[in-house]
Amino acid sequence: MADGAVRDVAASPIPGPWSELWRAYAQSRGALIGLFLVLALILLAIFADVVSPHPPNEQYREFTLTPPMWQQGGTPRFVLGTDPVGRDMLSRLIHGTRLSLVIGVISVAISLSLGIVLGLAAGFFRGLTETVIMRVMDVMLALPSLLLAIAVVAILGPGLANAMYAIAIVLLPHYVRLMRAAVIAESGREYVTSSRIAGAGTLRLMFATILPNCAAPLIVQATLGFSSAILDAAALGFLGLGAQPPTPEWGSMLASALEFIQRAPWVVTFPGLAILITVLAFNLMGDGLRDALDPRLKR
Amino acid sequence: MPLLDIAGLTVTFGTDEHAFVAVDDVDLALDEGAIVGVVGESGSGKSVTALALLGLVDFPGRVSAHRMTFAGRDLRAMTEQSRRALIGKDIAMIFQDPLASLDPCYTVAYQLMEALAAHGTPGERRSRHLRRSRALELLQQVEIPDAAARMRAFPHQLSGGMAQRVMIAMAIACEPRVLIADEPTTALDVTVQAQVLDLLLRLQEQRGMALILITHDLAVVAETAQRVVVMYAGQQVETGPLPEIFAAPKHPYTQALLAALPENNDERARLQAIPGVVPGLHDRPTGCLLSPRCRYALDRCHRDMPPLDGPPERKVRCHFPLDAEGRPTGGWNREKAAEVAASMPS
Repeated sequence: MADGAVRDVAASPIPGPWSELWRAYAQSRGALIGLFLVLALILLAIFADVVSPHPPNEQYREFTLTPPMWQQGGTPRFVLGTDPVGRDMLSRLIHGTRLSLVIGVISVAISLSLGIVLGLAAGFFRGLTETVIMRVMDVMLALPSLLLAIAVVAILGPGLANAMYAIAIVLLPHYVRLMRAAVIAESGREYVTSSRIAGAGTLRLMFATILPNCAAPLIVQATLGFSSAILDAAALGFLGLGAQPPTPEWGSMLASALEFIQRAPWVVTFPGLAILITVLAFNLMGDGLRDALDPRLKR
Repeated sequence: MPLLDIAGLTVTFGTDEHAFVAVDDVDLALDEGAIVGVVGESGSGKSVTALALLGLVDFPGRVSAHRMTFAGRDLRAMTEQSRRALIGKDIAMIFQDPLASLDPCYTVAYQLMEALAAHGTPGERRSRHLRRSRALELLQQVEIPDAAARMRAFPHQLSGGMAQRVMIAMAIACEPRVLIADEPTTALDVTVQAQVLDLLLRLQEQRGMALILITHDLAVVAETAQRVVVMYAGQQVETGPLPEIFAAPKHPYTQALLAALPENNDERARLQAIPGVVPGLHDRPTGCLLSPRCRYALDRCHRDMPPLDGPPERKVRCHFPLDAEGRPTGGWNREKAAEVAASMPS
């Protein structure tokens, strides 16, 4: 309290919202590691063509299943070895980063925007609108997520784009439920009433007054949803329903190398590790964001 | 003609079978530049009255009134659009908890400028620059120290008193003709309360706004208002001009409220509280709503609801209104009543 009084009198510069967020976020070491990894992955994805030593689909027939450079028989020309048709693993993994991030961005963007609109409508109008939306979401949640994704891909046909739509649909109920709960909690608050007294209309109340106040849980869920989107895309790719060969997608790389797991473990290990690291990075970042944004955890 | 004229305002919640009357047949007339105090305990329907007259009672609440006009325009017949143009501009409201009433996502400047963009003068609506300078001017008018720096502040960076000043600045931004202040000082420190109240009254005087001061602080009302409406359980129990209504209350509830003030009590004695609580949905008494808590209540009070009676200036809802000495009149006699009760075959 004394601190507050002093600040009132001296009117020291008020910290901006971004610096305040950064201060809360930087308190967690795991969150910083997550952020660093995510930034590194983004840079890798952007500069994939520059960074990777070989084109991802170039086949070096005389070098099939070369081990990584530190193993016997490895060569510095292929740092992480080559796959059964002689393509450079490292280059394919780097290009796979680009695909995974694009899958994450697009499927999260689709389900987030749909989820925001449906959740806002459900929480704001209540009544029949809410019942219809939420029961449909309940049905979607009742199915195992991968099964639902497979079903959607089965209807739309296999392929990377359809896999992204399928993942977006699978993720949707989480955003809708989260959004609805946040909207219901916020719309009872006094600032909403005072905004109505200032003459705000329905759309303005929904999108300008209530939505920004529900942003914190959505940002966290979107970050965490990113990692499950990448994981689901890899699973669909592994089952042959997502990205089709020769696309260097991590899941389909795993699938195409499965039979060599005994003879050449690196062709399976490295895509798996790439998936693991990416998912871990986004989860760490999401956790850090939650700690920084959730007022209940603030000191 | 009064600026704001309301007669028979009733707000009900719940279904027809289980209706709960939150506001029951309330009349309110407010002249240009006048101050009316609305007092009563928590749960008396003060805030719902204010929300109802702004048209902000949502389903399942239902509002009805015999008459509800603002500056000669019928508030009941207004379209949603013109009502929204009116409230916020001509009728503004400030709330009890200022920190909860400011949108936590936007800066002070943004929220002030938003109000100006919606309801300001044509010039202000066009020019962002004009809105910004006007917002700063408003913050200075409500005496916020270092107003220029506070423009960039978010609500959580303000103290309670400062947040209430910002709320007041937003409310007066569009030169309203009526300001409804719903417990404007309740959530604030005692020292800040006086400052905010002073500010509110000074602005009211400068701008000639009419002010509806909703509060449970009788001292505040006694110092400021010209007329007082005392509410209990959604009903008006007494209305009248100051200082008469506090000097010689006619309703036992007003008398009991005044008796509960620390100023009116012996320093050593216990404060004279009113026993019990305001009746809720399930324990509404028959007869006079105050009867279970009234020290003068007789059989008739428990049986019949008294009407709001008297000259327009000084109405009271009691079978036995008090006289100047604070004694019940109208044939009130507890011994006689007891005798009558005893002689009745049980």
